[in-house]
Formats: sequence, C-alpha cells, structure tokens
Amino acid sequence: MTRVVTTRRKSLNTAFAWGVGLLIFFPILWTILTSFKTEAQAIASPPLFLNFNWTLENYAIVQERSDYMRFLWNSVIIAGGSTLLGVIIAVPAAWAMAFVPSKRTKDILLWMLSTKMLPAVGVLYPIYLLFIRLGLLDTRGGLVVVLMLINLPIIVWMLYTYFREIPGEILEAARMDGATLKEEILYVLTPMAIPGIASTVLLNFILAWNEAFWTLNLTAVDAAPLTAFIASYSSPEGLFFAKLSAASTMAIAPILILGWFSQKQLVRGLTFGAVK
Amino acid sequence: MATQHSRSVARLMMAPAVVLLLGWMLVPLTMTLYFSFKKYLPLRGGDLGWVGIDNYVRFVSSSSFWPAVQATLVIVGGVLIITVILGILLAMLLDQPMWGQGIVRILVIAPFFVMPTVSALVWKNMFMDPVNGLLAHLWGFFGAEPISWLSEASMTSIIIIVSWQWLPFATLILLTAIQSLDSEQLEAAEMDGAPVLKRFYHIILPHLSRAITIVILIQTIFLLSIFAEIFVTTGGAFGTRTLTYLIFQRVLESQNVGLGSAGGVYAIILANIVAIFLMRIVGKNLDA
Repeated sequence: MTRVVTTRRKSLNTAFAWGVGLLIFFPILWTILTSFKTEAQAIASPPLFLNFNWTLENYAIVQERSDYMRFLWNSVIIAGGSTLLGVIIAVPAAWAMAFVPSKRTKDILLWMLSTKMLPAVGVLYPIYLLFIRLGLLDTRGGLVVVLMLINLPIIVWMLYTYFREIPGEILEAARMDGATLKEEILYVLTPMAIPGIASTVLLNFILAWNEAFWTLNLTAVDAAPLTAFIASYSSPEGLFFAKLSAASTMAIAPILILGWFSQKQLVRGLTFGAVK
Repeated sequence: MATQHSRSVARLMMAPAVVLLLGWMLVPLTMTLYFSFKKYLPLRGGDLGWVGIDNYVRFVSSSSFWPAVQATLVIVGGVLIITVILGILLAMLLDQPMWGQGIVRILVIAPFFVMPTVSALVWKNMFMDPVNGLLAHLWGFFGAEPISWLSEASMTSIIIIVSWQWLPFATLILLTAIQSLDSEQLEAAEMDGAPVLKRFYHIILPHLSRAITIVILIQTIFLLSIFAEIFVTTGGAFGTRTLTYLIFQRVLESQNVGLGSAGGVYAIILANIVAIFLMRIVGKNLDA
C-alpha cells in the first residue's frame, strides 16, 4: 500500500528539500564557482555568483607552481595501496569468520573493532619514533602501512557482513558435488563476493584519501598527499581565494564522484553493520 | 559442517589480520605506557629516567588541562546536538515523497566526502574571513558589523565547520533507520487522528532511538580526535585547544614525550569508556 499524496504536498516537499539540500551543498558549489574566477573577481564586493568571466587560469597556476600532480599521485598511491593491501589481508580473514565461525569469532570481530577506537594521538609519538628509526618518515610506503592498519578493522567488518549474506547452502551444494576448497573459493564464492568487495574497496579508498591525522603528521615533502598540500594553503596563500578554490576542487572532485556511488556502503561500513 | 581440517585452515586465514592488528595495538600502546612513566625530552637531554606517576599528575594539574577538557566537551557536545537534531529533521524531510529525491540526497551527503583540510580552509577563508568572507558580506548586507569568526567566536566557528562535515553522516544513518519503519503503523496512527507531534514522539522517535544511540557513539569517538579542523584554522589558539590538540602539542611541538604520553593514556581511557557502550550494541546485533 502506498501513501496517497497530493501534488500540492509533493511540490511543497520538493521545494523545501531542494532548498535545504542546496544550502548544505552551497560551500562546495561556491568553492567550485570561485575556482573559475580571477583573484579580483573572487573577492569582489558584492560577491559575484555566476556573472563573471569564467577562466581556467587558476588550475594552470596551481599545477605549475605547486606541482599538484605529485601530491595527487601520492594520494592515489597511499589511498589505493593501503586499500589494496588491506583487502588482500582482510578477505581470507573475513571469509574464515563468515563461513567457518567458531565460538571466538564474535570476540575477535569486536576486538578488531576496538583497535579502531584507539585514539591516534595516544600512539602518535611511538609511531613517529618507529617511523624515524625505520626510515619511514615521509615515505609513501610507511603511510600505506599505517592507513592500511587503521582501516583494516572496517575492511574486515564490511567484508564479513557481505560474506555472511551469501547463503551457506550454495557452498554445501558445491562441496557435495566434490568441489575442493580452492574450487569452492574460486568458482562459487568469488563471483558472489565481488560486489561486496568492490563496495568495501570504494569506501575505504575514500576514508584513506581523506585521512588527515597521520598524513599531516608523518609527511613533509616527498610523500605528502593532497590533505597536506591543502593544509599548506593555511596562510598566507589561503587568502588567494581563486587558487585555494582551484586546489580544493581538484582535491575533492574525484572523491565526490566516487562518494556518490558509495552512499549505501557508507552506512554499513561506518556503523559496523549495526544499522542496515 | 566445519571439520577439524577446515578449522585449522580458517585459523591460518585469519592469522595475518589478527597478528597485524595485535602488533598495531600492543607495540605503540606499550611504548606510550613506557614513556608516560619517564621524563623524556628528545631535544633536551633525551631519557632522563623514571619519574613514576609524575607525568600523570602534572598533565592534569597543568593550567591548560581543564580548558582543554572544556573545549573538547563543548565541541563534541555542540556538534552532537546540532547533527542529531538537524539529522532527524533532515531524515524525515528526505523520507517524504518528492521529485528528485536522489539528487537532494546527493547534495546533502556531499560534505562528508570533502577532506577535512579542505572544508576547514574553505570555511575559514571564503566564509569566515572578516573582510572578504561570504558571511561578512551577508552581515554587511543586513547592516551588521562583520564578525572575525575564528578569533571572536572561535568555538562557534569550529562547531559550525565540524557539524557541516558530520551532518551528512547522521542524516544518512537516521534516514536508513526511518526507511525501515513500518509505514502501515504510521498510517494507522494518522487515520486514528493522532497529531503530527504525537506520531513523532510515540512512533518515529522510539523507532529511531537505537540509530540515534549509534550516531552519538560513533560520532563521539571520531569527534574526540578531530585534528585537521583545528590544525588549519586556529592552531589551538582562542580557546580551541582540545585534549587531542594539547597532546599533539606536548608530543610534537614541545617534544615533552613523557608528559604527552601520559595525556595519551588519558585519551585512550576516555575513548574506551565510549567504545564499551558502542561495542555492546554492535555485539548484540551480531547475535541477531
């Protein structure tokens, strides 16, 4: 049974919801618009909304002056590498917990989750010191490992909740037909698990891309990703609104697009399956 | 049926993840505990020996401790109140029939995907700048004196920025919960003539209570450790130095590792108190 709604009511809802939605989105929209203005237009009073001469010069300047591509590349390697490594380690673990559960499975899952709650600042110095000793400070490899470790609990959890939705009967049927463990994983499980794995990869890539405690504290120049690049605009370059906007737009655009595809997974991934 | 063989295979498959996380937890934690009982100044003499619980006492008795606790509580509390209340209203709004629902939802969720350094800087410069910021123009338009947000209303500013980042999260989770509400129950109440507010209090709110608890717990854990938003806006000045930021300054800026580590242990204990409640809910859900 669907609710009967008058067109008038629906129109009102639509207008109000769009208004609120645009208001919340406005800071992002404003940043994108400002990135196409000249510096003078960016601080014009009263502010210019759409009636300005659109230009791409800020993008060119940001790229030229600050070597934007290097930061972007660092972000891609760090976020991609940590996600990939995390999934490689998490898939077998989540598989085992979902299909060969034991009495301790629940405790292990909850314990993994508890490591995620460890406040980063509480272990800042030990990690910093270990990074210096191991020569990992300001290296992409070091950050890949740290971000993999902080996201590993979420990856295991998400995969576990996805794997648990795969009906066990199918596995049993495959076993009855004489499939070996290897065949079972390769031909039965993998095809069914791919959507779940893809969602997990997507969400964790986003989380790693935006991570801004370890990336700010453990990098300087060589391995600095976009989070650190933008932080360097803190002052006084930040007062060049158009360039700040261009840099910001380039830093968030890929993730905004990916993010729109991951709305559903966001709830599952960040509430550890507690809200479905 | 799990055989003995498959059990040992399963154990082997879990081993890498378990060992890595165990190391990730135990090694730094042990080091933090170790340093917290030492006078350790890497740039001024290094390891100066054991001092017992001296660091723990000094951390809480320093003049910056209580202001930091207060700043932390105000930010966490402020953001929670704003995001939960607005989140409920927004979720109820988005649940209504309308045109372009998918697009509106995308607009509302977008801030969550903006990296913290970007949202902090965009708000700081393009909105809150007392001369060229959009809010200054807005205030000027109404004939009011523009505010220099981050120095005069520093806490409000940080709360606004962080709330903007976390509102999508609260909304999305509450919306998911609302959508699982049995609409027939609501319709029955509507037909019985129950007014909107009554329906909200007796049907919607109880249904949302678990989701609200989860939003509060998860956000608290993340909000206790916000860093970048303060790092690029005030740098801990104007009363915005939270516990996390205070510890960061002790450890990396003034390189007083012993003192900072004691602070770190306090932060870990605090986070664990919140975590216990969250784990209980998540654990119950696992059994179901």
